Amino acid sequence: MLELIVISTLNGILFGMLLFLLSSGLTVIFSMMGVLNFAHASFYMLGAFFGYQLSRWIGFWPALVIAPLLVGMIGMAVERYGLRNTHKHGHVAELLLTFGLAFAIEEIVAMIWGRSPMDYRVPAALDFPAFSVFSTNYPAYKIFMLAVSALVFVVLLIVLKRTRVGLVVQAALTHPTMVAHLGHNVGRVFMLVFGVGSALAGLAGVIAGPSLVTQSDMAALLGPILFVVIVFGGLGSLPGAFIASLIIGLVQTFAVALNGSLASMFGPLDPGMGPSVLTDIWNVTIAQIAPILPYLLLVLVLIVRPMGLMGTRET
Amino acid sequence: MLEVKDLHAYYGKSHILQGVDMHIDAGEVVSLLGRNGVGRSTTVKAIMGEVPPHGTIRFKGKDIVGLPSYKIAHLGLGYVPEHRDIFPGLTVRQNLLLGVKDTRRPGKWRMEDMLDMFPNLAARADTPAGVLSGGEKQMLTTCRTLMGDPELIMIDEPTEGLAPIIVQQVGDLIARIAQAGLAILLVEQKLSIALRISHRVYIMGHGRIVFEGTPDQLKANDAVRKEWLEV
Repeated sequence: MLELIVISTLNGILFGMLLFLLSSGLTVIFSMMGVLNFAHASFYMLGAFFGYQLSRWIGFWPALVIAPLLVGMIGMAVERYGLRNTHKHGHVAELLLTFGLAFAIEEIVAMIWGRSPMDYRVPAALDFPAFSVFSTNYPAYKIFMLAVSALVFVVLLIVLKRTRVGLVVQAALTHPTMVAHLGHNVGRVFMLVFGVGSALAGLAGVIAGPSLVTQSDMAALLGPILFVVIVFGGLGSLPGAFIASLIIGLVQTFAVALNGSLASMFGPLDPGMGPSVLTDIWNVTIAQIAPILPYLLLVLVLIVRPMGLMGTRET
Repeated sequence: MLEVKDLHAYYGKSHILQGVDMHIDAGEVVSLLGRNGVGRSTTVKAIMGEVPPHGTIRFKGKDIVGLPSYKIAHLGLGYVPEHRDIFPGLTVRQNLLLGVKDTRRPGKWRMEDMLDMFPNLAARADTPAGVLSGGEKQMLTTCRTLMGDPELIMIDEPTEGLAPIIVQQVGDLIARIAQAGLAILLVEQKLSIALRISHRVYIMGHGRIVFEGTPDQLKANDAVRKEWLEV
């Protein structure tokens, strides 16, 4: 049991940090531009596929740097030539643009790489167990993923809190017009933020690719969870996104790992109803409901606290 | 320095500015007066490009119609908006820092001077600006715009909702800005400060300028005051 807790905690934090790499960009972009970027998870997928392809050509380590840069450039181009032109027609048009983009990217990826999972492997240098907890070997690659995410988190924090560009971004989160009146080129800041946000999503894809599955439906699988994270954390709040990422990461990991059901918890109190709808519910395991837990959380948060954990505005 | 000719602006279908003509010379203090809703704020917003302007606006001889706000700001036009848009999550010091347009060229207003001028701001230099009082926020936004070293500063309703003693302080600050040689366009509803420090006043009504003159001329003109200012 202790082993399960230790391993699940590690995995949960890891999944949470990956979610944060994605949700940090998404939530900042939403807050600054008022656009919920449906294509954000697609940038994550692009990162994974670029990472896979580049690591076959030139090796994993160069891919780790180049793939996120490529994705970041695509993101900047989407902002500069797509969203900026659509902006004058309102948020619905922008939303539809990112919506269409998400589908387009999925289809393009499927056309180039097909729909089956890629053989994207952990680089040899990291393909060994880092340590053993009880009987489980914990892979070094997962520790590497954790380290990369933590590093990005720290760098992001320093840039936001300690640099001038960071201050401009923070100010533009709430008062973009005023920031422009003070002489800052808000359009360029938007493009930069969109680029960095996309690059972070790409980076998440590159490092998650070998560990999870690199496949053309990976964006569609992860996208909805991202929305849960940023709504739960409070739209536009980075600290909120961080906490929500960790909570969702841990909840999902633990729920999958636990095999408990109402029956096993309250076994002796079994009402003995015989086969009925209720017995089914009685015997459902936590692992079986794991996939819906984040969405239940989303619904609950929207009912109880619509601004999310640390958000300031109503959604 | 600033020349506005036949300026029109629209909010949706409503025609807010219907041909505004005005000018401000270098170092001149000008007030734009009028009742609520006559288009005073819209005039400054149109000059800054926040509301799309139609007509002619020249700043230092350069046509600025159609330029994005940040470029207009870089030409030396400062704007302190009506709602004291401070950045609430940033500290007082960070707010002031964001007023600086070019970190390589220090302007004539320095952070230390600002904090010396306002002990209240100095005491809270490292607290989030969101907790400041209305008067302190007004000082902060004005100082923040000054940090960008403007040659003309447009201040929209700086005394709105402030206690009389604070209004007095805001008036002192504006007088000090004028002493430093900046041109000022003060948008106001109250007459007190405007008449005290202005060289010239404009009065707006129904989207147009309906009176132009010195403060003394306005004081002498009961008819204009009754028709366009008094409630």
